[in-house]
Amino acid sequence: MSAPRDTWKKPPFIANPVLRWAVILGAVAYFGWVGLTMPIDWNRVAEGLGRAGRIFGGAFPPSFERSGLLIDGFLESLKIAILATAGGVLLSIPIAFMSARNVAPKPIFYLGRAIIIVARSFHPVIVAILFVKAVGFGPFAGVLTLIVYSIGFVAKMLAERIEEIDFGQVEAMRAAGAPYFSTLIYAIFPQIMPRQIGLTIYQLDSNLRASAVVGIVGAGGIGATLANAFGRYDYDFALAITMVIVGVILVSEAVSGVIRKRIQ
Amino acid sequence: MLKISDLVKRYGSGDPVLKNLDLTIEGESVVSIIGSSGAGKSTLLRCINRLVEPTSGSIMLNCTELTNLRGKNLRAARRKIGMVFQGFNLVDRLTVMENVQSGRLGYISTWSAVTRRYAKADIRRAYELMERVGIAQYANTRADQLSGGERQRVGVVRALMQDPDILLADEPTASLDPKTSEQIMGLLRDLAGELKLPVLINIHNVTEAKEYTDRIVGMRYGRIIFDDEPAKLDQAAMDQIYAGSPHADRAKDGAAA
Amino acid sequence: MTTLAEKFGRDDWTRFTLRQRLTRYGVLLGCALAIAWALTSIEVIWAWVWGAPEQIGDLFGRMYPPDPSNLDTILKVLWDTVNIATFATTFAVLLSLPVAYIAAQNTTPNRATLWLGRLILVTSRSVNTIIWALLFVAIFGPGVVAGILAIMFRSIGFIGKLLGEAIEEIDRRPVEALEATGASRFKVIAYAIVPQVMPTFWAVSILRWDINLRESTVLGLVGAGGIGIILQGAIDTFNWPEVATILIAIIVLVIIGEVISAFLRRRIL
Repeated sequence: MSAPRDTWKKPPFIANPVLRWAVILGAVAYFGWVGLTMPIDWNRVAEGLGRAGRIFGGAFPPSFERSGLLIDGFLESLKIAILATAGGVLLSIPIAFMSARNVAPKPIFYLGRAIIIVARSFHPVIVAILFVKAVGFGPFAGVLTLIVYSIGFVAKMLAERIEEIDFGQVEAMRAAGAPYFSTLIYAIFPQIMPRQIGLTIYQLDSNLRASAVVGIVGAGGIGATLANAFGRYDYDFALAITMVIVGVILVSEAVSGVIRKRIQ
Repeated sequence: MLKISDLVKRYGSGDPVLKNLDLTIEGESVVSIIGSSGAGKSTLLRCINRLVEPTSGSIMLNCTELTNLRGKNLRAARRKIGMVFQGFNLVDRLTVMENVQSGRLGYISTWSAVTRRYAKADIRRAYELMERVGIAQYANTRADQLSGGERQRVGVVRALMQDPDILLADEPTASLDPKTSEQIMGLLRDLAGELKLPVLINIHNVTEAKEYTDRIVGMRYGRIIFDDEPAKLDQAAMDQIYAGSPHADRAKDGAAA
Repeated sequence: MTTLAEKFGRDDWTRFTLRQRLTRYGVLLGCALAIAWALTSIEVIWAWVWGAPEQIGDLFGRMYPPDPSNLDTILKVLWDTVNIATFATTFAVLLSLPVAYIAAQNTTPNRATLWLGRLILVTSRSVNTIIWALLFVAIFGPGVVAGILAIMFRSIGFIGKLLGEAIEEIDRRPVEALEATGASRFKVIAYAIVPQVMPTFWAVSILRWDINLRESTVLGLVGAGGIGIILQGAIDTFNWPEVATILIAIIVLVIIGEVISAFLRRRIL
């Protein structure tokens, strides 16, 4: 009988020692080198702490004097969100069908997926700037931006749902001799409807948040009001606006969560 | 030696789950506790290591009163009480060795625990125990890759690694198939003898209780109504312990009060 | 011989009862009204709306062909952008650990810390990265510091919330078992809780890194460092071909980021 073992080491997460050390050294080198060469003006940072004090001092108490402007801005954001969700969801349906492996022929599938990828890769702010340059300042640019934003999310999720449907139902319809659109309505739509509604509500909430932001670059809504306040050093108004934005987001998230749970 | 006196456990303002219990366990014996669901077996066991807080009464383990300990003293006392659970209660994503060494957590420094640098003596003991119960080959395997019987063995080794003065087992075989169940019961009995350890086992299966334990304690509705060797557990005693329902008991108690 | 009506209460079949139909129509009507209200009251110059496709086409026309002359600067600044995202995500991940711990009902020491943790998470999540960036640019001036802080502050809420939920959903049984061995609270966390939340932790962190990559591309538009500054510059000077190059670079970066992120998340699970 051999002597009992008295040492033990936990098997490492990356088994291959070469790979493991490469990853560890790589990480150290990256953080060390980049961290040291980062273009940071430390004086400015030190100044900043003093500034922060002044800004927060100026921000309290939040000023709701110009609440008219606030309400206008918020309502405009709301309208942008509603229209963008409606338009985006409507457009997402055909695009989702185009991007589903099981219902779209190969070339159309690639086209659909490409549209979704492009829509998702650009931050809404970038898209907003482009639309502002194309169609001018104001909420129209915002609506277009968020339609693209909505498509990027809703079409992708819907396409995944379409790919997961029970194809047996489609086959049954086809076997019964139903034409294409009837099959669509009877076999496919009922399976994706619940998801579709959930996505719509989620996207409305998402668009409401995003519409607060695209205004910062001129695409309408409360973001514009906020950017102006910052620009004019009206920090107390800015705080008021931010509080409203946060409040709206929380309410919207709660309502959207409740509705989505009810329809399950 | 474990001495329980006048133990009461009451949840809220309802009827007490444990009613003035007295129980003494001396030396190395394997004691089983039997009774129907709701009799209070699990509560009794968990009061000993304070996983459940007793309402009143005294629990003494080797002359240390357990019921009024807190903080560091409670942890020190818990080190000496090993427990084996029905659901095994292992950390699934950790290896068997880590699960087993977690029995030493009450003894080792935080640094050694977090860096997994276990003492040589601890590792040796772990391997010895794992060989004894037949799971040494799984030392580096994740706990969730083992079968139920193997996982329970890991649980037993973990409890034994604490070098306990007493071993508690809360329905250790209820989740196992009959054959594995007998293996585990046999293991507990043998280990109790080898390590000179008192063992207290909650169990459903009266046949196993008779075969693998030296003393049977029968509980009913929060009271101990049978405490004798297995041979003396006849049908009359069984009926006493298992007949009726908690509802009827409650009514009878209420009428008597 | 009973009629259908007597047997079943009605002799026709519709998919929804009258009440259900009214509800459905009600909801549909509500949506239509909301959309109509938004359409009619929004401040939009409809002449411009009809001209939009032409304008958009014109813009894209001016972007083509993309101009790669400034590519080396663009790539260098893109690398800065990646670093902002990576560093900020790393700091945020570290900071979100204690916040998640106190924001989870089963690990928080008391009600006050639970409330505090949830407050931090909600504030962080509800204020958009760009708004944080506005704030930090006002405090620390334009540059990467503002950008890193903005991403950090937003990410803590995202990671902390998901991590907190993971902590609340753990199997409590090993926790009970380890407490019974006399282990201190810290050791119980290290052995029973941390291993259970590890997969979620890594998945969420990598996911947030991927999202932050996208976010950091626009920080520069409000002055907080990264490629947004160059993009803004190109747009302001109407250098549309260069804008096109930058956009292509951004898309490539984001796609690479998604591929890496998907790969890593598959490997660790």
